[in-house]
Amino acid sequence: MDASAPSEFLVYTIGLFVAVLLTATSFWTANTTLLWPGGVFLGLAVLAIAQMGIHLVFFLHITSGPESTNNALALAFGVLTVFVVVAGTMWIMADMNESMMMPSGAPMSMRMQH
Amino acid sequence: MNIAVAIDTVPQDALPSASEAGPAPKRIVVAYGFWIFLLSDIVMFAALFASYAVLVRSTAGGPTGVQLFNQTTVAIETACLLVSSYTCGLMSLAINSRNRLGTYLGALVTFALGAAFLTLELREFADMIARGATPQRSAFLSAFFTLVGCHGLHVTLGLIWLVVMMVQVAVMGFVASVQRRLLCFSLFWHALDIVWVGVFTVVYLMGVSP
Repeated sequence: MDASAPSEFLVYTIGLFVAVLLTATSFWTANTTLLWPGGVFLGLAVLAIAQMGIHLVFFLHITSGPESTNNALALAFGVLTVFVVVAGTMWIMADMNESMMMPSGAPMSMRMQH
Repeated sequence: MNIAVAIDTVPQDALPSASEAGPAPKRIVVAYGFWIFLLSDIVMFAALFASYAVLVRSTAGGPTGVQLFNQTTVAIETACLLVSSYTCGLMSLAINSRNRLGTYLGALVTFALGAAFLTLELREFADMIARGATPQRSAFLSAFFTLVGCHGLHVTLGLIWLVVMMVQVAVMGFVASVQRRLLCFSLFWHALDIVWVGVFTVVYLMGVSP
């Protein structure tokens, strides 16, 4: 176990500290009236992704160093798959929902929904 | 890139700077394989998240998230899981130093915090069901129980695994195979906390924000 730069104990402790900070900020963001409500959603998403990053780096040791190249590549592929699954599902379901929304009882119009 | 160069252009035994010829150490390979499994698990959770996101408004006239979720409970659950991830890290350090007492202590605290998380979560579920917010009540609740329940199931299995690992340490000591399995366990446990970050953000915080 090399003692170069920060000790491993310090790495875990810093990770915990930053994660606690991000968690507290998330809870505050969700409950405060000081922020514009439209931005709360994005703020929470950013904080969550940041905290996941902290976990990956400080707890799982997925760094940009040469030892973790394979792991980082696998992670990138995983993230891509997650993005496709989540974004794709939400897009498709929203589109399908929209296609289902025919005005009922309204006079039949020749407007086509696309 | 490192991997491409190593595989394509340079014959194995002529690697100049490799500290050893041949495949990577078992420890590295096992960790990589388990990491790929964890990523597949996270893809599964992503599908459950996607389902939840699609169904979150489908409350069928039943209770909504705002009416059901208690942020204090969620905050304590989050703290338990986060600190348990930290103590799991400390346990890993003890394992690397072959420090038996440190390992048992780290495992004990990790287990206790994980069990506390599960207790709170089960109480939350029982409370919801008692109030009529069952998984069958609405699509929103089905999605909620599936997503959060699946995560809780993973935590339960993790705790069982931890107990088994401590028995293995007691019986076999810090042999290489036990160390590899403990490495896999800590990867698993940290990944669970990462999923929980997603859960508390998407389900609880986005669910109750005005």
